[in-house]
Amino acid sequence: MGELFLEFFFFICFLILFGLSLRRGPSFRLKGVASFLSFLGFLISLWALDKRGSFFRGLYVLDGLSQTFKVFIAFGLFLVCWMMKEEDELEKGYRGEFFAFLTLSSLGLMMVVSALEFLTLFLALEISSYSLYLILPLRRNAKEKALEGAIKYVLFGAISSGITLYGIGYYYLLTGTTKFHFLQLEKDLLGFLAFMLVFASFFFKLSLFPFHFWAPDVYEGASNSLSAFIATVPKLGGLALLLRFSGLIGGGELLAKVLWAFSVFSMTYGNLAALVQKDLKRLLAYSGIAHSGYFLFGIITFKDYGRLSSTFYGLVYLIMTLGAFLTVILLSQRDANPTLEDLRGLYKRSPLLAFTLGVSAFSLVGIPPTGGFMGKLLLFVSVFKEGYFTLVLIGAINTVLSLFYYLNLVRLSYSREPEVPMPIKLRSHEKILCLFLIVLNLFLGILPSSIQNLFDISLTISHM
Amino acid sequence: MELFLNQLSCDLLSIVIFLPLCGAFLVLLTKTEFQAKVIGLVATLLNFGISLLLLYHFKPSILGFQFVEVKEWFPILNLKYAVGIDGISLVLVLLTTLLSPICVLCSWKAIEERVKSFIFCLLLMETSMIGVFCALDFVLFYLFWEGMLIPMYLLIAIWGGPKKDYASLKFFIYTLVGSVFLLVAIIALYLKEGTFFIPHLLFKEYDLKFQFWVFLAFSVAFAIKVPMFPFHTWLPAAHVEAPTAGSVFLASILLKMGTYGFLRFCFGITPQASLKMAPLILVLSIIAIIYAGFLCLAQEDMKRLIAYSSVAHMGFVTFGLFTFELWGFKGAMLQMLNHGLTTGALFLCVGILYERTHSRLIVDNSGLGQRMPLFVGFLGLFCFSSFGFPGTNNFVGELFVLLGAFESNKALALFLIPGPVLGAAYMLRLLKRLVWKDGEVLPLKDLNLREVLYLAPLVVSIIWIGFAPGGLISLVEPSLRVFLRTVSGG
Repeated sequence: MGELFLEFFFFICFLILFGLSLRRGPSFRLKGVASFLSFLGFLISLWALDKRGSFFRGLYVLDGLSQTFKVFIAFGLFLVCWMMKEEDELEKGYRGEFFAFLTLSSLGLMMVVSALEFLTLFLALEISSYSLYLILPLRRNAKEKALEGAIKYVLFGAISSGITLYGIGYYYLLTGTTKFHFLQLEKDLLGFLAFMLVFASFFFKLSLFPFHFWAPDVYEGASNSLSAFIATVPKLGGLALLLRFSGLIGGGELLAKVLWAFSVFSMTYGNLAALVQKDLKRLLAYSGIAHSGYFLFGIITFKDYGRLSSTFYGLVYLIMTLGAFLTVILLSQRDANPTLEDLRGLYKRSPLLAFTLGVSAFSLVGIPPTGGFMGKLLLFVSVFKEGYFTLVLIGAINTVLSLFYYLNLVRLSYSREPEVPMPIKLRSHEKILCLFLIVLNLFLGILPSSIQNLFDISLTISHM
Repeated sequence: MELFLNQLSCDLLSIVIFLPLCGAFLVLLTKTEFQAKVIGLVATLLNFGISLLLLYHFKPSILGFQFVEVKEWFPILNLKYAVGIDGISLVLVLLTTLLSPICVLCSWKAIEERVKSFIFCLLLMETSMIGVFCALDFVLFYLFWEGMLIPMYLLIAIWGGPKKDYASLKFFIYTLVGSVFLLVAIIALYLKEGTFFIPHLLFKEYDLKFQFWVFLAFSVAFAIKVPMFPFHTWLPAAHVEAPTAGSVFLASILLKMGTYGFLRFCFGITPQASLKMAPLILVLSIIAIIYAGFLCLAQEDMKRLIAYSSVAHMGFVTFGLFTFELWGFKGAMLQMLNHGLTTGALFLCVGILYERTHSRLIVDNSGLGQRMPLFVGFLGLFCFSSFGFPGTNNFVGELFVLLGAFESNKALALFLIPGPVLGAAYMLRLLKRLVWKDGEVLPLKDLNLREVLYLAPLVVSIIWIGFAPGGLISLVEPSLRVFLRTVSGG
């Protein structure tokens, strides 16, 4: 059981933070504690990268895929804790709860990527979702928006969970088990139906069409750093699940067709809707919906190189989206939702911040030498290889579409005069984080082979 | 095409590519603006010196890529870090390294705010421009091709003129739209041959339909970059708003990337499709030459005028290339270089004027004959060079293109004739209006030493090419013959 130290550690973190939340004395900074703990968690996840094994009679597995994504999840949590402005974002009394449940949600996602049986999976999914439902309304400002977002999140989450349960029922009916052993056998229509229903929760996590409706409102309602979390980490969980299923199912014409359609709708809808957004977080929400469409590129190939591309893109997405959200967090006054207009003249107010946003935006479009380019190249090559030429074309057109609103971010921050010419003072740890994200992004774009090991590991998917 | 691995004791080509990048990072570390400018100047000058070493070690008689370096880059996609040059690339690399220090010098006083970032962008540009001409791996090529977009965009968006917002956006969107198709074509080639390594993709027998689609995707990207007639509208906007150094880079080097692409990739990879599509390109080139010539006649803004004249000049280049005659090729190659030198010089002149009068309109700058006699000397030479006066570089280039044109298609070639005539008309008109003026004029400060210093190398090269183009042609001719053989020899 020593291999499960990572999960235990996160559970202990949860307990520690929960314990701290019970202290009702004068408020002290929990951000430092949470960042430190999540950093330790990240280190442990690296340590756990080569741990393998099957637990609880094959319900829970440590394989390459799960361990890789645990690293991503821990890394994402660490970055979000680092970039948070707790005094602005949260009610004084709830900081402990916030960090505790954020950690618990990450723990849930780590269990999600390791689950090898439907009920385990379902429980893990619910742990990760419920934690977020709880902390969403803890926002200090914009209470109504936060509540609205929370309710939408709960409702959509509940619906998708219900659909997933329904699908699990079908699967049980067909195979007599809730383990994943027989995934590849179900190629007939009923099996297909079961999968589609089960996928509802995954799509919900990914905010993929047709389960994307919650995303803009929830991002808008959640505090800035919580929306950074929701935009990235749960998506990685959803992506990991799809990767596991794509590996285990191993193909299926009908499934590929439907996923193809979802991918196209998600990309096109996300990009078109993002064009008209005024609120920066809503824009990023739609951008996230579009990117979920790109994630599917690697899934529908049902091949190793496709999954590798999606995994790579997942990591790049984490970094570039967090880069964009970092700008949102540092730009906003007292956790207000920044609009596009607030970006005006950002370059004059804080060159570093503008550059962070610029690199992230260019990466989101997919312009070299950023990581986003390498990711898109991998994805495009892998679907092209499988003969989905139309998808490549639609993806290319979408890239051009998305250019308009991403470039608009850069344009506003670089070539417009600021309305409030007040410089934004960054603290040193915030500067380090900006530079860190920029360098990491460019590094992934220029020297992707340096983390090739990680991707080789991520390809091993266990089914026992 | 054969590869000749780098036999020198150091990776000379990589040094030329990445030295400006190193300079860029040094610039970020500097404390004062003056230090940043000095580092920028030293890095670019040093790079020019090193690129002359390339010229020294280059062997024109060898057919193939020289100074080749190949290293593993990203094995999953079979990406390689591969660079190498032939005669065509060499000439363009030299043009880039020559113009870069000039661009730093011309911005010495003109850029007043955020000088560090400006020099940083210039050096990034230099790295990616040289990279484009040297890359032997398609993804590496694409990386440089697109990587240059961002610093160029920033050059226009931050330091540009009043309509910088519109111009930079238009520039970016146009270029990216083209590039996306380029990327799709590159992936298609990769899937066909399993490699992004350019020498393995060149001179293969692809089936005609495939060639046709690849050519189409390529040519959209390249035509936007050149820019050819229907895609040219981004150019005046970008040129007018860009700071002088940006305009010079844009006109002198970025546009060449388009024609370089046509020559290297369209002719090397899709020769039959190029041959089939040639009439269309020829017609578009003629339209560009004549249409842009007339537009030039109507311009009141000097930069706009020169921008449109670029379209006309580049029309000559594309025409020369698509004649598929050796004369045409040589002429096109010369014109690429000439346009870089002459138009770059003209933009520098406009920049010099703008620094003094803060206006780019011709009427605000007239009467220069009395106000800045030395300057008018330079300007006159550049204007004469621009419309191809005998003894200057453009004369040789245009003559070669015309020779090629008459060899390949006499009827079409006739339509080329108005080109140089219009050129003379709009350039002389510009010169006349700038130099003469009735009545009193306010005195202006004439050229200072720094300005003379950076204009002088251009004057020398313009006259040198005008009188003795032989050396230059012997550099590029073997490489041109290789491509010519592919297209016409089948």
